[in-house]
Amino acid sequence: MAKKPETRPNVSKEELLKYYREMLLIRRFEEKAGQLYGMGLIGGFCHLYIGQEAVVVGLEAAAKPGDKRITSYRDHGHMLACGMDPKGVMAELTGRIGGYSKGKGGSMHMFSKEKHFYGGHGIVGAQVPLGAGLAFADKYLGNDNVTFTYFGDGAANQGQVYETYNMAELWALPVVFVIENNQYAMGTSVKRSTKSTTLYGRGLAYGIPGEQVDGMDVLAVKAAGEKAVAHCRAGNGPYILEMMTYRYRGHSMSDPAKYRTREEVEKIKTEKDCIEHVRDLLTQGGLASDEELKAIDREIKAIVNESAEFAKESPEPPLDELWTDIYA
Amino acid sequence: MATEVLMPALSPTMEEGTLAKWLVKEGDRVKSGQIIAEIETDKATMEFEAVDEGILGKILVPEGTAGVKVNTPIAVLMDEGESVGDTTPAPAAASSVATAQVAAPPTLVEVRAEARPAPVAAAGWPHSDLPEGTPTKTMTVREALREAMAEEMRADPTVFLMGEEVGEYQGAYKISQGLLDEFGARRVVDTPITEMGFAGIGVGAAWGGLKPIVEFMTFNFSMQAIDHIINSAAKTLYMSGGQMGSPIVFRGPNGAAARVAAQHSQDFAAWYAAIPGLKVCMPYTAADAKGLLKTAIRDPNPVVFLENEILYGRSFEVPAEGDFTIPFGKASILRPGSDVTVVSFGIGCSHAMSAAEELAKDGISAEVVNLRTLRPIDYDTVLASVMKTNRCVTVEEGFPVGSIGDHLASTIMQRAFDYLDAPVVTCTGKDVPMPYAANLERFALITPAEVVAAVKSVCYR
Repeated sequence: MAKKPETRPNVSKEELLKYYREMLLIRRFEEKAGQLYGMGLIGGFCHLYIGQEAVVVGLEAAAKPGDKRITSYRDHGHMLACGMDPKGVMAELTGRIGGYSKGKGGSMHMFSKEKHFYGGHGIVGAQVPLGAGLAFADKYLGNDNVTFTYFGDGAANQGQVYETYNMAELWALPVVFVIENNQYAMGTSVKRSTKSTTLYGRGLAYGIPGEQVDGMDVLAVKAAGEKAVAHCRAGNGPYILEMMTYRYRGHSMSDPAKYRTREEVEKIKTEKDCIEHVRDLLTQGGLASDEELKAIDREIKAIVNESAEFAKESPEPPLDELWTDIYA
Repeated sequence: MATEVLMPALSPTMEEGTLAKWLVKEGDRVKSGQIIAEIETDKATMEFEAVDEGILGKILVPEGTAGVKVNTPIAVLMDEGESVGDTTPAPAAASSVATAQVAAPPTLVEVRAEARPAPVAAAGWPHSDLPEGTPTKTMTVREALREAMAEEMRADPTVFLMGEEVGEYQGAYKISQGLLDEFGARRVVDTPITEMGFAGIGVGAAWGGLKPIVEFMTFNFSMQAIDHIINSAAKTLYMSGGQMGSPIVFRGPNGAAARVAAQHSQDFAAWYAAIPGLKVCMPYTAADAKGLLKTAIRDPNPVVFLENEILYGRSFEVPAEGDFTIPFGKASILRPGSDVTVVSFGIGCSHAMSAAEELAKDGISAEVVNLRTLRPIDYDTVLASVMKTNRCVTVEEGFPVGSIGDHLASTIMQRAFDYLDAPVVTCTGKDVPMPYAANLERFALITPAEVVAAVKSVCYR
């Protein structure tokens, strides 16, 4: 992973505070989700985004209204970053009527047409052609929207990713392929699953440009996102961003993460944490006081607690919901 | 020694074709491998190469002749120095070389005037969808499908077609012929051979506000894409709490064609019909094909539209004018009857109708119900018919285990048990992968004779 920038970047206090707030919201939300899972309020699979927050927050900073996003089952961060209501997300995790999918989708299958969030997909890699299809529609309709199509280093070995690369470049679809390389596909490290470990480079075989980005640095992510988006909006076809990132928690809730050392995780947390990075930029640059940041911490904590309360109090879906939404 | 040139079979399902053009004339020297004629099959115009060398002594079938059966002699090749009038005796036991026919005038060749098979007379027309006296025109299933797509594409600019060879090639089975010319490459999109990829792109495009028609060259290849049909298209409306539907049609030929063996001959009707969130159509007539496909394209849900290669070239009556659609979940009665109900769909109806004809000679009156859609299924029409006839036989080409017939038998047992005078018998394809050998293939498929036997068994005859 690239090093932190040595010099303070030319970025305003407001912008840094915005990123700080958004990343912190995701982290506290996910911690709360983990807690509710432990209490039995959330069931099934629950894939937490802790550690990877800079990726979605940085890329949302490069998006404009109308742009679309689609991702895998590790999707809570993406939903919060694009402005979906934490209450609706948390209530979906608890399987309640107040959830985005009325409790019928769960952690892995959530959508918001209003926020142009197209899921939330449980089949590894399936979201890649789906995302290209969203971009196909935008190109067909003649607007300048871009679709952010997120997938992990594990999905990067699925055949349909490359079927999609081929068509996306052939038809110059406005899609940013975002590989969230958190180093582990469940328990299998990138090194154990492929000899070609620079995943963005595989796009070159199809004519798609791409680059590796420090996914722990929200400013680097945003800058790369702006470049990719400009490429797509100009009608030049897709672009690949390989975000080098790290997930602190296990793959899902029942993963003891024996495939990596405690030291490895601690080292990343200490040296590369994306939230600490922005916090340092704010405090060391004298842009924000500890008090200001603590106030934000309190504000975020209140939002997350409120979402948890809502998720507990929202009723389970009425039984007749079993039979609705099967056909339009 | 004179050699006959025979009308070739140029596709798995070709039984006859049009001799569109001769590229050589009588007296020309012909080399082996030389293109000597253009022959139009129901799918394409093909070039026909000479196998043997010689001089084209006589053209037996003039160009422009339609309905020339496969293996009909179409010309005679002579050796150097021979002439058409020569009566060279055929060597004993010469295989397909029949010199005795060399001088036969072309009038002996069986030539039919019309290019297409005659319309199927009793194929449920006029049927319950339209008032009597509605003007109709004769068209093939192929033309009906094309017309349905063209009409819907004219009416709605968000409808587009994508798939392998749909554009410049004009369709692997000619279903999309002419659409590229009318609608352009933006709306008739040729894809690479990448079923999973373009099925996923199609579903994404549907979410993005378009109404894709995704053509699978055959539904056998939809196995590569079935995750997107089921997990992405069929389930998303539910998983999103009603926010995001998938208005998309997956269409293409399904079931056995002819002699294409196990991997290319499978009926997926029961598979797709099992999935909540999907709608499933399986037309039999050209009117079914047109009316159902137009409804499918307009439907806000994902529709699996199962066509049949053998039916593509068959002709039926279709309403001549107006915006003809057929609602989903509404079966048609192809033939009214009183002794037994025969329920089928797709090409199975063809067997059911032949069987009904045969049974009539024995004084058994069979009512043939064409389901047309398998999800939803028109249970009411089936049950009403069974309550009238008290006997039921189902007919389909698919595998026996978990068949549509099984499902109907169970439904009839639960909802009309007291009306039954005999157990429901399900006629299906055999429980084997499709063999290649012609005799084994015939045996693997459902036949009218099996339907006749099944009906007689439930009638205790």
